[in-house]
Amino acid sequence: MQSIPEVRQLTGNGTRNWGDRAFRSVALACGLAVFVILGLIAFTSTNKAWPAFSHEGLGFVTTNRWVPNENHFGALALIYGTAMSAVLALLLSVPVSFGIALFVTEFASPKVAKLVTSLIDLLAAVPSVVYGLWATLALAPNVQGLYKALHSATASIPVLNSLFGGQSQGYSLMTASIVLAIMITPIITSLSREALATVPESDKAGALALGATQWEAIRVAVFPKARGGLTAAVLLGLGRAMGETIAVAMVIGSSAQITLHIFSPAATMAGTVASQWGEASGIHQAALVGLGVVLFIFTIAINSSARFIVARSDRKLAS
Amino acid sequence: MAALMWMLGSVIVAFIPLLFLIGYVVNKGYAVIVRNFPHFWNDALPTVTTEAGGGMRPAIMGTLLMTGTAAAMAIPLGIMAAIYLNEYGKNQRLARALRFFALVMSGVPSIVMGLFIFTIYTVNSGFSGFGGAMALGCLMLPLVIRTSEEMLKLVPNELRQASLALGCPQWRTVLTVILPAAAPGVISGAMLAVARAAGETAPLLFTIGLVYRTNFDLFNGPNTALPSQIYANATAGPFPAPQERAWGAALTLILIVMLFSIAGRIVAARFSKIRQS
Repeated sequence: MQSIPEVRQLTGNGTRNWGDRAFRSVALACGLAVFVILGLIAFTSTNKAWPAFSHEGLGFVTTNRWVPNENHFGALALIYGTAMSAVLALLLSVPVSFGIALFVTEFASPKVAKLVTSLIDLLAAVPSVVYGLWATLALAPNVQGLYKALHSATASIPVLNSLFGGQSQGYSLMTASIVLAIMITPIITSLSREALATVPESDKAGALALGATQWEAIRVAVFPKARGGLTAAVLLGLGRAMGETIAVAMVIGSSAQITLHIFSPAATMAGTVASQWGEASGIHQAALVGLGVVLFIFTIAINSSARFIVARSDRKLAS
Repeated sequence: MAALMWMLGSVIVAFIPLLFLIGYVVNKGYAVIVRNFPHFWNDALPTVTTEAGGGMRPAIMGTLLMTGTAAAMAIPLGIMAAIYLNEYGKNQRLARALRFFALVMSGVPSIVMGLFIFTIYTVNSGFSGFGGAMALGCLMLPLVIRTSEEMLKLVPNELRQASLALGCPQWRTVLTVILPAAAPGVISGAMLAVARAAGETAPLLFTIGLVYRTNFDLFNGPNTALPSQIYANATAGPFPAPQERAWGAALTLILIVMLFSIAGRIVAARFSKIRQS
Protein backbone atom coordinates (compact mmCIF):
# COMPACT_ATOMS: atom_id res chain seq x y z
CA MET A 1 0.00 0.00 0.00
CA GLN A 2 1.17 3.45 -0.84
CA SER A 3 1.98 5.45 2.27
CA ILE A 4 0.13 8.71 2.85
CA PRO A 5 2.33 11.63 3.94
CA GLU A 6 1.82 12.83 7.50
CA VAL A 7 0.32 16.27 8.02
CA ARG A 8 3.57 17.37 9.62
CA GLN A 9 5.57 16.49 6.49
CA LEU A 10 3.22 18.54 4.34
CA THR A 11 3.49 21.62 6.51
CA GLY A 12 7.16 21.47 7.41
CA ASN A 13 6.26 21.13 11.09
CA GLY A 14 3.97 24.15 11.09
CA THR A 15 6.77 26.71 10.92
CA ARG A 16 6.23 27.69 7.30
CA ASN A 17 4.88 31.19 7.80
CA TRP A 18 4.26 33.71 10.56
CA GLY A 19 0.52 32.96 10.65
CA ASP A 20 1.17 29.37 11.56
CA ARG A 21 3.78 30.25 14.11
CA ALA A 22 1.50 32.81 15.78
CA PHE A 23 -1.49 30.46 15.83
CA ARG A 24 0.59 27.63 17.22
CA SER A 25 1.92 29.87 19.99
CA VAL A 26 -1.56 31.05 20.97
CA ALA A 27 -2.81 27.46 21.09
CA LEU A 28 0.19 26.43 23.17
CA ALA A 29 -0.37 29.35 25.56
CA CYS A 30 -3.98 28.24 26.06
CA GLY A 31 -2.80 24.72 26.81
CA LEU A 32 -0.25 25.98 29.29
CA ALA A 33 -3.10 27.68 31.19
CA VAL A 34 -3.74 24.27 32.77
CA PHE A 35 -0.23 24.21 34.24
CA VAL A 36 -0.49 27.83 35.31
CA ILE A 37 -3.79 27.30 37.13
CA LEU A 38 -2.68 24.11 38.87
CA GLY A 39 0.61 25.73 39.89
CA LEU A 40 -1.13 28.84 41.15
CA ILE A 41 -3.63 26.78 43.15
CA ALA A 42 -0.78 24.96 44.89
CA PHE A 43 1.24 28.12 45.50
CA THR A 44 -1.34 30.74 46.49
CA SER A 45 -3.44 28.41 48.64
CA THR A 46 -0.42 27.14 50.55
CA ASN A 47 0.72 30.72 50.98
CA LYS A 48 -2.67 31.79 52.31
CA ALA A 49 -2.85 28.81 54.66
CA TRP A 50 0.71 29.29 55.94
CA PRO A 51 -0.22 31.01 59.23
CA ALA A 52 -2.25 27.95 60.22
CA PHE A 53 0.38 25.48 59.01
CA SER A 54 3.18 27.22 60.91
CA HIS A 55 0.97 27.59 63.98
CA GLU A 56 0.17 23.86 64.13
CA GLY A 57 3.15 22.33 62.34
CA LEU A 58 2.64 18.68 61.51
CA GLY A 59 -0.08 18.69 64.15
CA PHE A 60 -2.38 20.09 61.49
CA VAL A 61 -2.78 16.59 60.08
CA THR A 62 -1.80 14.41 63.05
CA THR A 63 -3.81 15.81 65.96
CA ASN A 64 -7.50 15.66 66.35
CA ARG A 65 -8.65 18.78 68.22
CA TRP A 66 -10.44 21.17 65.85
CA VAL A 67 -11.61 24.00 68.13
CA PRO A 68 -11.49 27.31 66.21
CA ASN A 69 -12.19 29.64 69.16
CA GLU A 70 -9.31 28.13 71.14
CA ASN A 71 -7.04 28.30 68.07
CA HIS A 72 -6.71 24.52 67.85
CA PHE A 73 -6.61 23.27 64.30
CA GLY A 74 -5.92 19.53 64.23
CA ALA A 75 -7.63 18.09 61.19
CA LEU A 76 -7.18 14.37 61.85
CA ALA A 77 -10.87 13.82 62.69
CA LEU A 78 -11.85 15.67 59.52
CA ILE A 79 -9.43 13.58 57.44
CA TYR A 80 -10.90 10.48 59.08
CA GLY A 81 -14.45 11.65 58.30
CA THR A 82 -13.49 12.35 54.70
CA ALA A 83 -11.88 8.94 54.22
CA MET A 84 -14.59 7.06 56.10
CA SER A 85 -17.52 8.63 54.26
CA ALA A 86 -15.80 8.13 50.90
CA VAL A 87 -14.92 4.49 51.60
CA LEU A 88 -18.44 3.71 52.84
CA ALA A 89 -19.81 5.36 49.70
CA LEU A 90 -17.53 3.17 47.57
CA LEU A 91 -18.69 0.03 49.40
CA LEU A 92 -22.27 0.95 48.55
CA SER A 93 -21.64 2.19 45.03
CA VAL A 94 -19.00 -0.09 43.48
CA PRO A 95 -21.04 -3.35 43.40
CA VAL A 96 -23.99 -1.50 41.90
CA SER A 97 -21.86 0.40 39.38
CA PHE A 98 -20.02 -2.72 38.22
CA GLY A 99 -23.35 -4.53 37.97
CA ILE A 100 -24.83 -1.83 35.75
CA ALA A 101 -21.67 -1.66 33.63
CA LEU A 102 -21.75 -5.44 33.13
CA PHE A 103 -25.46 -5.33 32.33
CA VAL A 104 -24.88 -2.66 29.70
CA THR A 105 -21.80 -4.21 28.07
CA GLU A 106 -22.45 -7.94 28.38
CA PHE A 107 -26.15 -8.47 28.54
CA ALA A 108 -28.55 -5.77 27.40
CA SER A 109 -29.56 -5.18 23.78
CA PRO A 110 -28.14 -1.95 22.33
CA LYS A 111 -31.49 -0.19 22.76
CA VAL A 112 -31.91 -1.14 26.41
CA ALA A 113 -28.24 -0.37 27.06
CA LYS A 114 -28.68 3.12 25.64
CA LEU A 115 -31.77 3.75 27.76
CA VAL A 116 -30.11 2.56 30.98
CA THR A 117 -26.98 4.58 30.23
CA SER A 118 -28.84 7.81 29.66
CA LEU A 119 -30.95 7.33 32.79
CA ILE A 120 -27.81 6.78 34.88
CA ASP A 121 -26.25 9.84 33.25
CA LEU A 122 -29.30 11.76 34.43
CA LEU A 123 -28.10 11.11 37.99
CA ALA A 124 -24.86 12.87 37.09
CA ALA A 125 -26.72 15.90 35.74
CA VAL A 126 -28.44 16.61 39.07
CA PRO A 127 -26.54 19.41 40.87
CA SER A 128 -24.98 18.40 44.17
CA VAL A 129 -26.91 21.02 46.13
CA VAL A 130 -30.15 19.43 44.92
CA TYR A 131 -28.93 16.10 46.32
CA GLY A 132 -28.19 17.96 49.53
CA LEU A 133 -31.66 19.48 49.64
CA TRP A 134 -33.35 16.14 49.00
CA ALA A 135 -31.16 14.39 51.57
CA THR A 136 -31.74 17.01 54.28
CA LEU A 137 -35.49 17.32 53.93
CA ALA A 138 -36.55 13.93 52.59
CA LEU A 139 -33.90 11.25 53.18
CA ALA A 140 -32.37 12.02 56.60
CA PRO A 141 -35.66 12.30 58.55
CA ASN A 142 -36.91 9.03 57.04
CA VAL A 143 -33.85 6.82 57.56
CA GLN A 144 -33.56 7.64 61.25
CA GLY A 145 -36.17 5.03 62.15
CA LEU A 146 -34.30 2.40 60.15
CA TYR A 147 -31.02 3.29 61.88
CA LYS A 148 -32.68 3.03 65.30
CA ALA A 149 -34.16 -0.35 64.43
CA LEU A 150 -30.78 -1.67 63.22
CA HIS A 151 -29.15 -0.25 66.33
CA SER A 152 -31.43 -2.07 68.75
CA ALA A 153 -31.52 -5.28 66.67
CA THR A 154 -27.73 -5.59 66.76
CA ALA A 155 -27.17 -4.42 70.36
CA SER A 156 -25.85 -7.85 71.43
CA ILE A 157 -23.86 -8.83 68.32
CA PRO A 158 -20.13 -8.14 68.90
CA VAL A 159 -18.84 -6.26 65.85
CA LEU A 160 -22.12 -4.86 64.63
CA ASN A 161 -23.00 -3.30 67.97
CA SER A 162 -20.02 -0.97 67.76
CA LEU A 163 -20.57 -0.26 64.06
CA PHE A 164 -24.25 0.51 64.58
CA GLY A 165 -23.78 1.83 68.12
CA GLY A 166 -23.74 5.35 69.53
CA GLN A 167 -26.48 7.79 68.74
CA SER A 168 -28.61 6.86 65.77
CA GLN A 169 -29.19 10.06 63.86
CA GLY A 170 -30.56 10.86 60.44
CA TYR A 171 -27.80 13.45 60.00
CA SER A 172 -24.85 11.09 60.14
CA LEU A 173 -21.89 9.51 58.40
CA MET A 174 -24.14 6.83 56.89
CA THR A 175 -26.60 9.29 55.35
CA ALA A 176 -23.71 11.28 53.86
CA SER A 177 -22.28 8.06 52.42
CA ILE A 178 -25.62 7.07 50.89
CA VAL A 179 -25.86 10.44 49.14
CA LEU A 180 -22.22 10.22 48.03
CA ALA A 181 -22.81 6.71 46.73
CA ILE A 182 -25.70 7.93 44.56
CA MET A 183 -23.59 10.82 43.30
CA ILE A 184 -20.52 8.76 42.32
CA THR A 185 -22.43 5.86 40.76
CA PRO A 186 -22.70 7.53 37.32
CA ILE A 187 -18.96 8.23 37.04
CA ILE A 188 -17.88 4.78 38.25
CA THR A 189 -20.44 3.17 35.95
CA SER A 190 -19.35 5.03 32.85
CA LEU A 191 -15.62 4.53 33.49
CA SER A 192 -15.99 0.82 34.23
CA ARG A 193 -18.21 0.47 31.16
CA GLU A 194 -15.35 1.86 29.08
CA ALA A 195 -12.94 -0.55 30.75
CA LEU A 196 -15.21 -3.57 30.14
CA ALA A 197 -15.75 -2.56 26.52
CA THR A 198 -12.01 -2.96 25.83
CA VAL A 199 -12.09 -6.69 26.62
CA PRO A 200 -11.98 -8.56 23.30
CA GLU A 201 -15.10 -10.55 22.42
CA SER A 202 -12.91 -13.60 21.62
CA ASP A 203 -11.72 -13.86 25.24
CA LYS A 204 -15.27 -14.27 26.48
CA ALA A 205 -16.21 -16.59 23.63
CA GLY A 206 -13.20 -18.74 24.47
CA ALA A 207 -14.20 -19.06 28.10
CA LEU A 208 -17.82 -19.86 27.19
CA ALA A 209 -16.66 -22.45 24.63
CA LEU A 210 -14.66 -24.19 27.36
CA GLY A 211 -17.92 -24.68 29.22
CA ALA A 212 -17.80 -21.72 31.58
CA THR A 213 -21.09 -20.25 32.73
CA GLN A 214 -21.66 -16.58 32.04
CA TRP A 215 -20.65 -15.76 35.62
CA GLU A 216 -17.42 -17.76 35.32
CA ALA A 217 -16.64 -16.18 31.96
CA ILE A 218 -17.00 -12.75 33.52
CA ARG A 219 -14.79 -13.77 36.43
CA VAL A 220 -11.96 -15.46 34.54
CA ALA A 221 -11.99 -13.64 31.19
CA VAL A 222 -13.55 -10.21 31.62
CA PHE A 223 -12.49 -8.94 35.05
CA PRO A 224 -8.76 -9.77 34.85
CA LYS A 225 -8.43 -8.08 31.44
CA ALA A 226 -10.28 -4.97 32.63
CA ARG A 227 -8.62 -4.82 36.05
CA GLY A 228 -6.62 -1.63 35.36
CA GLY A 229 -9.61 0.28 34.07
CA LEU A 230 -11.86 -0.92 36.87
CA THR A 231 -9.31 0.06 39.54
CA ALA A 232 -9.03 3.50 38.00
CA ALA A 233 -12.82 3.85 37.95
CA VAL A 234 -12.96 3.09 41.67
CA LEU A 235 -10.09 5.50 42.43
CA LEU A 236 -11.70 8.32 40.46
CA GLY A 237 -14.96 7.68 42.29
CA LEU A 238 -13.03 7.90 45.56
CA GLY A 239 -11.50 11.22 44.52
CA ARG A 240 -14.91 12.58 43.59
CA ALA A 241 -16.43 11.43 46.90
CA MET A 242 -13.63 13.00 48.95
CA GLY A 243 -14.01 16.37 47.26
CA GLU A 244 -17.80 16.55 47.41
CA THR A 245 -18.77 19.48 49.58
CA ILE A 246 -22.29 20.80 49.74
CA ALA A 247 -24.37 17.66 49.87
CA VAL A 248 -22.10 16.22 52.57
CA ALA A 249 -22.03 19.43 54.61
CA MET A 250 -25.82 19.39 54.69
CA VAL A 251 -26.35 15.86 56.04
CA ILE A 252 -23.25 14.65 57.90
CA GLY A 253 -24.13 16.42 61.16
CA SER A 254 -20.87 18.43 61.30
CA SER A 255 -19.25 16.99 64.40
CA ALA A 256 -15.49 16.54 64.22
CA GLN A 257 -14.99 13.18 65.92
CA ILE A 258 -13.26 9.90 65.17
CA THR A 259 -15.91 7.28 65.62
CA LEU A 260 -16.65 3.75 64.47
CA HIS A 261 -20.38 4.40 64.81
CA ILE A 262 -21.61 4.92 61.26
CA PHE A 263 -25.00 6.22 62.40
CA SER A 264 -23.33 9.03 64.36
CA PRO A 265 -22.53 12.50 63.05
CA ALA A 266 -19.03 13.22 61.73
CA ALA A 267 -17.37 15.92 59.61
CA THR A 268 -15.33 16.01 56.40
CA MET A 269 -12.67 18.48 55.29
CA ALA A 270 -14.68 19.93 52.41
CA GLY A 271 -17.88 20.04 54.46
CA THR A 272 -16.14 21.84 57.31
CA VAL A 273 -14.75 24.50 54.98
CA ALA A 274 -18.25 25.13 53.63
CA SER A 275 -20.04 25.23 56.97
CA GLN A 276 -17.44 27.25 58.96
CA TRP A 277 -16.41 29.71 56.24
CA GLY A 278 -19.09 32.28 57.04
CA GLU A 279 -17.88 32.94 60.57
CA ALA A 280 -14.16 32.43 59.95
CA SER A 281 -11.47 35.09 59.89
CA GLY A 282 -7.76 35.37 60.59
CA ILE A 283 -6.03 32.12 61.44
CA HIS A 284 -9.31 30.18 61.36
CA GLN A 285 -9.76 31.21 57.73
CA ALA A 286 -6.16 30.26 57.02
CA ALA A 287 -6.83 26.85 58.59
CA LEU A 288 -9.88 26.33 56.36
CA VAL A 289 -7.79 27.19 53.28
CA GLY A 290 -5.27 24.71 54.70
CA LEU A 291 -7.97 22.02 54.63
CA GLY A 292 -8.41 22.89 50.96
CA VAL A 293 -4.66 22.40 50.41
CA VAL A 294 -4.72 18.98 52.10
CA LEU A 295 -7.75 18.02 50.02
CA PHE A 296 -6.00 19.26 46.86
CA ILE A 297 -2.95 17.10 47.61
CA PHE A 298 -5.11 14.04 48.33
CA THR A 299 -7.22 14.34 45.19
CA ILE A 300 -4.22 15.10 42.97
CA ALA A 301 -2.47 12.00 44.30
CA ILE A 302 -5.54 9.80 43.81
CA ASN A 303 -6.30 11.15 40.35
CA SER A 304 -2.71 10.89 39.14
CA SER A 305 -2.43 7.28 40.25
CA ALA A 306 -5.75 6.45 38.58
CA ARG A 307 -4.67 8.03 35.29
CA PHE A 308 -1.30 6.33 35.59
CA ILE A 309 -2.96 2.94 36.00
CA VAL A 310 -5.16 3.57 32.95
CA ALA A 311 -2.17 4.63 30.85
CA ARG A 312 -0.24 1.53 31.87
CA SER A 313 -3.07 -0.90 31.15
CA ASP A 314 -3.71 0.83 27.79
CA ARG A 315 -0.08 0.22 26.88
CA LYS A 316 -0.38 -3.40 27.95
CA LEU A 317 -3.49 -3.91 25.83
CA ALA A 318 -1.86 -2.23 22.85
CA SER A 319 1.24 -4.42 22.92
CA MET B 1 -28.16 -16.88 36.84
CA ALA B 2 -26.33 -15.26 39.75
CA ALA B 3 -24.63 -12.89 37.36
CA LEU B 4 -27.90 -11.88 35.77
CA MET B 5 -29.54 -11.24 39.14
CA TRP B 6 -26.62 -9.07 40.20
CA MET B 7 -26.85 -7.02 37.01
CA LEU B 8 -30.61 -6.55 37.10
CA GLY B 9 -30.52 -5.87 40.84
CA SER B 10 -27.92 -3.16 40.33
CA VAL B 11 -29.97 -1.42 37.68
CA ILE B 12 -33.04 -1.47 39.91
CA VAL B 13 -31.11 -0.28 42.99
CA ALA B 14 -29.72 2.66 41.00
CA PHE B 15 -33.12 3.67 39.68
CA ILE B 16 -34.82 3.86 43.08
CA PRO B 17 -33.03 7.03 44.29
CA LEU B 18 -33.37 8.56 40.82
CA LEU B 19 -37.14 8.11 40.95
CA PHE B 20 -37.43 9.41 44.52
CA LEU B 21 -35.21 12.41 43.86
CA ILE B 22 -36.83 13.50 40.60
CA GLY B 23 -40.27 12.80 42.05
CA TYR B 24 -39.65 14.92 45.14
CA VAL B 25 -38.09 17.86 43.31
CA VAL B 26 -40.69 17.97 40.53
CA ASN B 27 -43.63 17.48 42.89
CA LYS B 28 -42.62 20.01 45.56
CA GLY B 29 -40.98 22.50 43.19
CA TYR B 30 -43.87 22.51 40.71
CA ALA B 31 -46.38 23.31 43.47
CA VAL B 32 -44.31 26.26 44.68
CA ILE B 33 -43.61 27.71 41.25
CA VAL B 34 -47.21 27.37 40.03
CA ARG B 35 -48.76 28.78 43.22
CA ASN B 36 -46.61 31.92 42.96
CA PHE B 37 -46.48 32.20 39.19
CA PRO B 38 -44.89 34.30 37.78
CA HIS B 39 -43.69 36.00 40.98
CA PHE B 40 -41.43 33.11 41.93
CA TRP B 41 -39.31 33.68 38.83
CA ASN B 42 -39.77 37.42 38.61
CA ASP B 43 -39.53 38.97 42.09
CA ALA B 44 -36.52 40.00 44.14
CA LEU B 45 -35.45 37.81 47.07
CA PRO B 46 -36.99 38.46 50.51
CA THR B 47 -34.56 40.09 52.93
CA VAL B 48 -35.70 37.83 55.77
CA THR B 49 -35.23 34.20 54.78
CA THR B 50 -37.80 32.80 57.18
CA GLU B 51 -40.62 34.92 55.75
CA ALA B 52 -42.79 33.79 52.87
CA GLY B 53 -42.94 35.56 49.53
CA GLY B 54 -40.36 36.95 47.16
CA GLY B 55 -38.85 35.29 44.12
CA MET B 56 -35.69 33.95 42.57
CA ARG B 57 -35.09 36.51 39.82
CA PRO B 58 -31.73 37.75 41.21
CA ALA B 59 -30.55 34.16 41.55
CA ILE B 60 -31.73 33.15 38.06
CA MET B 61 -30.04 36.20 36.52
CA GLY B 62 -26.91 35.60 38.57
CA THR B 63 -26.70 31.97 37.47
CA LEU B 64 -27.18 32.88 33.80
CA LEU B 65 -24.72 35.80 33.89
CA MET B 66 -22.00 33.97 35.79
CA THR B 67 -22.21 30.71 33.85
CA GLY B 68 -22.33 32.70 30.61
CA THR B 69 -19.21 34.65 31.53
CA ALA B 70 -17.47 31.48 32.68
CA ALA B 71 -18.33 29.83 29.36
CA ALA B 72 -17.08 32.84 27.39
CA MET B 73 -13.71 32.49 29.14
CA ALA B 74 -13.30 28.72 29.40
CA ILE B 75 -14.69 27.48 26.08
CA PRO B 76 -12.36 29.41 23.69
CA LEU B 77 -9.40 28.68 25.97
CA GLY B 78 -10.30 25.00 26.16
CA ILE B 79 -10.86 24.62 22.41
CA MET B 80 -7.53 26.32 21.63
CA ALA B 81 -5.78 24.04 24.11
CA ALA B 82 -7.41 21.04 22.45
CA ILE B 83 -6.25 22.34 19.05
CA TYR B 84 -2.71 22.51 20.39
CA LEU B 85 -2.92 18.96 21.74
CA ASN B 86 -4.43 17.35 18.66
CA GLU B 87 -3.03 19.42 15.78
CA TYR B 88 0.42 20.50 17.01
CA GLY B 89 1.57 18.77 20.18
CA LYS B 90 0.31 15.26 19.33
CA ASN B 91 2.63 12.80 21.06
CA GLN B 92 5.39 15.16 22.13
CA ARG B 93 6.34 15.03 25.78
CA LEU B 94 4.84 18.46 26.58
CA ALA B 95 1.52 17.53 24.99
CA ARG B 96 1.39 14.22 26.87
CA ALA B 97 2.05 16.03 30.15
CA LEU B 98 -0.63 18.62 29.35
CA ARG B 99 -3.16 15.91 28.56
CA PHE B 100 -2.35 14.17 31.83
CA PHE B 101 -2.68 17.33 33.91
CA ALA B 102 -5.92 18.35 32.19
CA LEU B 103 -7.34 15.00 33.30
CA VAL B 104 -5.98 15.46 36.80
CA MET B 105 -7.40 19.00 36.91
CA SER B 106 -10.86 17.68 36.10
CA GLY B 107 -10.64 15.73 39.37
CA VAL B 108 -9.76 18.74 41.53
CA PRO B 109 -12.73 19.37 43.84
CA SER B 110 -14.80 22.42 43.03
CA ILE B 111 -14.34 23.77 46.55
CA VAL B 112 -10.59 23.99 45.94
CA MET B 113 -11.25 26.11 42.84
CA GLY B 114 -13.42 28.40 44.94
CA LEU B 115 -10.75 28.80 47.62
CA PHE B 116 -8.19 29.46 44.87
CA ILE B 117 -10.18 32.31 43.32
CA PHE B 118 -10.83 33.64 46.81
CA THR B 119 -7.10 33.85 47.55
CA ILE B 120 -6.08 35.42 44.24
CA TYR B 121 -9.08 37.66 43.51
CA THR B 122 -11.81 38.01 46.11
CA VAL B 123 -9.41 38.88 48.93
CA ASN B 124 -8.40 42.04 47.04
CA SER B 125 -11.46 42.91 44.98
CA GLY B 126 -14.28 41.86 47.28
CA PHE B 127 -17.31 39.69 46.49
CA SER B 128 -18.38 39.87 42.86
CA GLY B 129 -20.04 37.87 40.14
CA PHE B 130 -16.81 37.86 38.17
CA GLY B 131 -15.03 35.96 40.94
CA GLY B 132 -17.74 33.32 40.76
CA ALA B 133 -17.47 33.21 36.98
CA MET B 134 -13.70 32.64 37.19
CA ALA B 135 -14.15 29.79 39.66
CA LEU B 136 -16.77 28.17 37.42
CA GLY B 137 -14.51 28.73 34.40
CA CYS B 138 -11.66 26.87 36.14
CA LEU B 139 -14.04 23.94 36.59
CA MET B 140 -15.18 23.97 32.98
CA LEU B 141 -11.74 24.28 31.38
CA PRO B 142 -10.48 20.69 31.74
CA LEU B 143 -13.86 19.27 30.68
CA VAL B 144 -13.87 21.43 27.52
CA ILE B 145 -10.28 20.45 26.69
CA ARG B 146 -11.02 16.76 27.00
CA THR B 147 -14.25 16.62 24.98
CA SER B 148 -12.90 18.99 22.31
CA GLU B 149 -9.77 16.91 21.82
CA GLU B 150 -11.84 13.74 21.50
CA MET B 151 -13.91 15.43 18.80
CA LEU B 152 -10.90 16.83 16.90
CA LYS B 153 -9.43 13.33 16.91
CA LEU B 154 -12.50 12.06 15.04
CA VAL B 155 -11.99 14.46 12.11
CA PRO B 156 -10.58 12.30 9.27
CA ASN B 157 -6.99 13.03 8.31
CA GLU B 158 -7.96 13.23 4.63
CA LEU B 159 -9.67 16.57 5.33
CA ARG B 160 -6.43 18.00 6.72
CA GLN B 161 -4.40 16.65 3.80
CA ALA B 162 -6.87 17.93 1.20
CA SER B 163 -6.88 21.42 2.67
CA LEU B 164 -3.10 21.58 2.97
CA ALA B 165 -2.69 20.20 -0.54
CA LEU B 166 -4.74 23.13 -1.82
CA GLY B 167 -2.12 25.44 -0.31
CA CYS B 168 -4.07 26.46 2.75
CA PRO B 169 -1.80 27.24 5.72
CA GLN B 170 -2.30 25.06 8.76
CA TRP B 171 -3.93 27.73 10.93
CA ARG B 172 -6.58 28.36 8.27
CA THR B 173 -7.03 24.64 7.83
CA VAL B 174 -7.74 24.35 11.54
CA LEU B 175 -10.14 27.29 11.68
CA THR B 176 -12.03 26.77 8.41
CA VAL B 177 -11.93 23.00 7.88
CA ILE B 178 -11.20 21.06 11.03
CA LEU B 179 -13.11 23.10 13.63
CA PRO B 180 -16.32 23.27 11.56
CA ALA B 181 -16.10 19.52 10.98
CA ALA B 182 -15.75 18.89 14.71
CA ALA B 183 -18.21 21.62 15.74
CA PRO B 184 -21.25 19.49 16.66
CA GLY B 185 -19.33 17.38 19.15
CA VAL B 186 -17.30 20.29 20.46
CA ILE B 187 -20.45 22.33 21.11
CA SER B 188 -22.38 19.58 22.83
CA GLY B 189 -19.34 18.78 24.96
CA ALA B 190 -18.98 22.43 25.92
CA MET B 191 -22.67 22.61 26.77
CA LEU B 192 -22.31 19.65 29.12
CA ALA B 193 -19.50 21.50 30.87
CA VAL B 194 -21.71 24.59 31.12
CA ALA B 195 -24.56 22.54 32.57
CA ARG B 196 -22.20 21.02 35.12
CA ALA B 197 -20.87 24.43 36.17
CA ALA B 198 -24.36 25.94 36.45
CA GLY B 199 -25.19 23.52 39.25
CA GLU B 200 -22.06 24.12 41.33
CA THR B 201 -22.38 25.73 44.76
CA ALA B 202 -19.03 25.28 46.45
CA PRO B 203 -16.97 27.59 44.18
CA LEU B 204 -19.51 30.38 44.75
CA LEU B 205 -19.44 30.17 48.56
CA PHE B 206 -16.18 32.09 48.77
CA THR B 207 -16.47 34.41 45.81
CA ILE B 208 -19.88 36.01 45.26
CA GLY B 209 -21.35 36.91 48.65
CA LEU B 210 -25.09 37.51 48.86
CA VAL B 211 -27.54 40.04 47.44
CA TYR B 212 -31.33 40.40 47.39
CA ARG B 213 -31.77 42.32 44.15
CA THR B 214 -30.57 41.53 40.68
CA ASN B 215 -27.00 42.75 40.16
CA PHE B 216 -26.17 43.04 36.47
CA ASP B 217 -22.72 44.43 37.24
CA LEU B 218 -20.43 41.43 37.46
CA PHE B 219 -17.42 43.44 38.59
CA ASN B 220 -18.94 45.50 41.39
CA GLY B 221 -20.82 44.31 44.41
CA PRO B 222 -21.92 40.86 45.53
CA ASN B 223 -24.11 38.58 43.47
CA THR B 224 -26.18 35.45 44.01
CA ALA B 225 -27.07 32.27 42.15
CA LEU B 226 -29.66 29.49 42.26
CA PRO B 227 -27.37 26.88 43.90
CA SER B 228 -26.37 29.38 46.58
CA GLN B 229 -30.03 30.16 47.25
CA ILE B 230 -30.94 26.48 47.50
CA TYR B 231 -28.12 25.99 50.01
CA ALA B 232 -29.01 29.08 52.06
CA ASN B 233 -32.74 28.29 52.17
CA ALA B 234 -32.37 24.58 52.82
CA THR B 235 -30.08 25.25 55.80
CA ALA B 236 -32.20 28.10 57.20
CA GLY B 237 -33.88 25.84 59.74
CA PRO B 238 -37.24 24.12 60.16
CA PHE B 239 -39.42 26.82 58.57
CA PRO B 240 -41.83 26.09 55.74
CA ALA B 241 -41.14 29.28 53.75
CA PRO B 242 -37.41 28.79 53.07
CA GLN B 243 -37.90 25.06 52.51
CA GLU B 244 -40.54 25.72 49.87
CA ARG B 245 -38.32 28.34 48.29
CA ALA B 246 -35.47 25.80 48.15
CA TRP B 247 -37.65 23.22 46.36
CA GLY B 248 -38.83 25.82 43.84
CA ALA B 249 -35.26 26.98 43.22
CA ALA B 250 -34.12 23.36 42.83
CA LEU B 251 -36.67 22.67 40.11
CA THR B 252 -35.77 25.95 38.41
CA LEU B 253 -32.08 25.02 38.49
CA ILE B 254 -32.74 21.56 37.08
CA LEU B 255 -34.80 23.12 34.28
CA ILE B 256 -31.96 25.52 33.43
CA VAL B 257 -29.39 22.71 33.47
CA MET B 258 -31.63 20.64 31.19
CA LEU B 259 -32.13 23.62 28.90
CA PHE B 260 -28.36 23.92 28.46
CA SER B 261 -27.98 20.24 27.60
CA ILE B 262 -30.93 20.29 25.18
CA ALA B 263 -29.65 23.49 23.56
CA GLY B 264 -26.29 21.77 23.07
CA ARG B 265 -27.97 18.85 21.35
CA ILE B 266 -30.09 21.05 19.07
CA VAL B 267 -27.11 23.14 18.00
CA ALA B 268 -25.14 19.96 17.38
CA ALA B 269 -27.94 18.48 15.26
CA ARG B 270 -28.24 21.73 13.29
CA PHE B 271 -24.53 21.74 12.53
CA SER B 272 -24.46 18.16 11.31
CA LYS B 273 -27.45 18.89 9.04
CA ILE B 274 -25.61 21.83 7.47
CA ARG B 275 -22.63 19.60 6.91
CA GLN B 276 -24.66 16.95 5.17
CA SER B 277 -26.43 19.32 2.77
